[in-house]
Amino acid sequence: MSSGLYSSKKADFDTTLDLTNLKPYGDTMNDGKVQLSFTLPVPDSDVAIEAAKQLAMKMGLTEPIVSHHASLDQNFTFFVIYGNLNHIIDYTQIHVNSVDVNAMTMDETDLFIQQHFGRKIKVIGASTGTDAHTVGIDAIINMKGYAGHYGLERYRMFEALNLGSQVTNEDFIRKAVEFDADVLLVSQTVTQKNVHVQNLTELVELLEAEHLRKRFLLIIGGPRINHELAKELGCDAGFGPGKFADDVASFICQELAARKQQN
Amino acid sequence: MATLRLDWEKVDQARQAARQIAEDINAYTQQFTTTTVERSICRLLGIDGVDSMGVPLPNVMIEHLTSRQLLGHGVTYWLGQAAISSGKEPQQLAEAVASGDLDLTQTDSVDPFEIRLWAEKKAEEAVSRIHVNRLVREEKMREYGDHSGPLLYVIVATGNIYEDIVQAKAAARQGADVIAVIRTTGQSLLDYVPYGATTEGFGGTMATQENFRLMREALDEVGEELGRYIRLCNYCSGLCMPEIAVMGALERLDVMLNDALYGILFRDINMQRTLIDQSFSRLINAAAGIIINTGEDNYLTTSDAYEEAHTVLASQFINEQFALQAGLPEEQMGLGHAFEMNPDLKNSFLYEYAQAQMARQIFPNAPLKYMPPTKFKTGNIFRGYIQDALFNMVTVISHQHIHLLGMLTEAIHTPFMADRALAIDNARYIASSLADFGSDIEFRKGGIMEQRANEVLDLALDLLQSIRRDGLFRTLEEGRFAGVKRPFEGGKGLSGVVSKEDHYLNPFIPLLLEESREGSERYHRNRIQAEEGNSYE
Repeated sequence: MSSGLYSSKKADFDTTLDLTNLKPYGDTMNDGKVQLSFTLPVPDSDVAIEAAKQLAMKMGLTEPIVSHHASLDQNFTFFVIYGNLNHIIDYTQIHVNSVDVNAMTMDETDLFIQQHFGRKIKVIGASTGTDAHTVGIDAIINMKGYAGHYGLERYRMFEALNLGSQVTNEDFIRKAVEFDADVLLVSQTVTQKNVHVQNLTELVELLEAEHLRKRFLLIIGGPRINHELAKELGCDAGFGPGKFADDVASFICQELAARKQQN
Repeated sequence: MATLRLDWEKVDQARQAARQIAEDINAYTQQFTTTTVERSICRLLGIDGVDSMGVPLPNVMIEHLTSRQLLGHGVTYWLGQAAISSGKEPQQLAEAVASGDLDLTQTDSVDPFEIRLWAEKKAEEAVSRIHVNRLVREEKMREYGDHSGPLLYVIVATGNIYEDIVQAKAAARQGADVIAVIRTTGQSLLDYVPYGATTEGFGGTMATQENFRLMREALDEVGEELGRYIRLCNYCSGLCMPEIAVMGALERLDVMLNDALYGILFRDINMQRTLIDQSFSRLINAAAGIIINTGEDNYLTTSDAYEEAHTVLASQFINEQFALQAGLPEEQMGLGHAFEMNPDLKNSFLYEYAQAQMARQIFPNAPLKYMPPTKFKTGNIFRGYIQDALFNMVTVISHQHIHLLGMLTEAIHTPFMADRALAIDNARYIASSLADFGSDIEFRKGGIMEQRANEVLDLALDLLQSIRRDGLFRTLEEGRFAGVKRPFEGGKGLSGVVSKEDHYLNPFIPLLLEESREGSERYHRNRIQAEEGNSYE
């Protein structure tokens, strides 16, 4: 527990921020401090602690400290480790494919839709496949929304239909056509063994087979969804954790407006 | 324990309304049976296994009768007739039907009285197997003793039963009292129960009888090592409620999820189907001495926990009455609720505490099941750990019984072994440091908590009275419950609902009721003996 704590040793590294050599920050610039925890399938012992330290060093940590270790079962040990990361990243060279949208409030979005379309935008949403979780689709569509962000039902200029969970891709497409939707929203919460990738791929293939893909704006969301993945799967946008109905609403109206202009 | 001053007259009125609601439904549903009720009778009569195409034999039997439009007599009737005329056992008959060698409806006709005698004898054999399991559980509990305070309940959800066993044993050694094997996503909509040990699942593991057996064996083993009885939990919900209840009874599960309305509201299963199925599945759970867990927590993950708190209480009253009508005694009613209010709501802790305390007082003998925060878990594990700590505090100080442990990694992944260990540490620390807190305080008269509890009670009573007035079916159709609209003839599984014919026979109902009644008497006798006999804690 003691080594490294309250060290008065002067930092022997450059403490000015250099974005081409970016490192994690603990309490001093460029100290590289990180925390991690993991379990090893071996009994709690000095050998196990050393194994954890060596793994930490292989991950690029210098001076790893095993701040906590505890037996979880006869043959499993839990570790908490602190250390200084060697790796650096050139922050100036990073390009990310993220949803390019100007976030608007509910009123701004309603006004935008009124001005650009003069009619309500129709959105249909579901948690598709075998996924039984509605928390994601409910957060985006239902009136109440989530964490103070009202859902699409609350917007004057959206007509939203939430089909709930365990909707098959075939049913989803059929209902979308019936509803004459502009936008399809798909939530995927269960992602074990990448079941969401399989399911979304199938949805895109079905849409393409029926020549419907271009008719809809297809947006996906969920804890392990991001825009990059959405694009890869052939969707128009992906929203991950920390995104709310207003982000989705802003994207929908701006993207549809942009498409309208192109045509 | 400190008590809230509740309006007990309103509690009585709410209970009466719920009783009327449940009676009205039962009067209707008693006219019907379902495919899964009949399949569960096949299972009780010893029919198991699959045909050459992998179809479970109970399904083969019921489809055989359904295609001839003769299921309304009940499978027992046809099996009895064939068994008496051929001298064969139900399993042999099922195999003959599966291979196409036997048409069950073309055997020599037998006096219905003879069939009834045969059925009663067979049913007694089946119920005695359930009875033996019950005695084994009671014996182990007596040997090990049972601890006071909340039962720590954790889940395993690897998808692979063998990996689940590793996780479950580790959890037991860390201090878990109840292990729930989460089902694979989508199983609730299968109209059959898969067969054999399984190693593939998404977000959970198939509920199969073999998986139940394997896990039971593993938990008995680790329980013996630890000198504690480790309870096993699984799910009756979905299109096969009573069949899974049978499997649970035969493999000595201890806790099963069983909600009267859950399938209707959250799985879009037809309301008639679910209400018929839940009734028989609860009869079986009751006889097996299994604690049922109801699913009120689900209302709160789809709607606001502060605004919809009264729907939880109303549903608890309804679930209580459906359970009583299935012969399920109070000590097996794990009525559910959850700690799901928005953490940003000022005084949310007081409202959560008020709700939990109120439930404790209104259902004093029920082993209430309390669910942890999930909806407002964000992936910030450090905050998540505190949310769980507040939840654990309410659990301990308001004496909830089945304590589902929250995971700091909720909203990220199904629990890792370490997540579970941290959750158990958290719960134990709080259980010990707040052990007598709940009995050492008093609630301020007319304070925030008392006001809140009475307000929720008022709203629940209004809701129950409106349901009684209009009937549960209409209430569900109009979406006045949990904000979900369900048509009377809509949803999945309606085609499996069949009117009972005059000769309809289900010999299990009286025997299961009797087994439940005797079991409950034994439970109370044992408790009194335990209290007199040993004063150790």
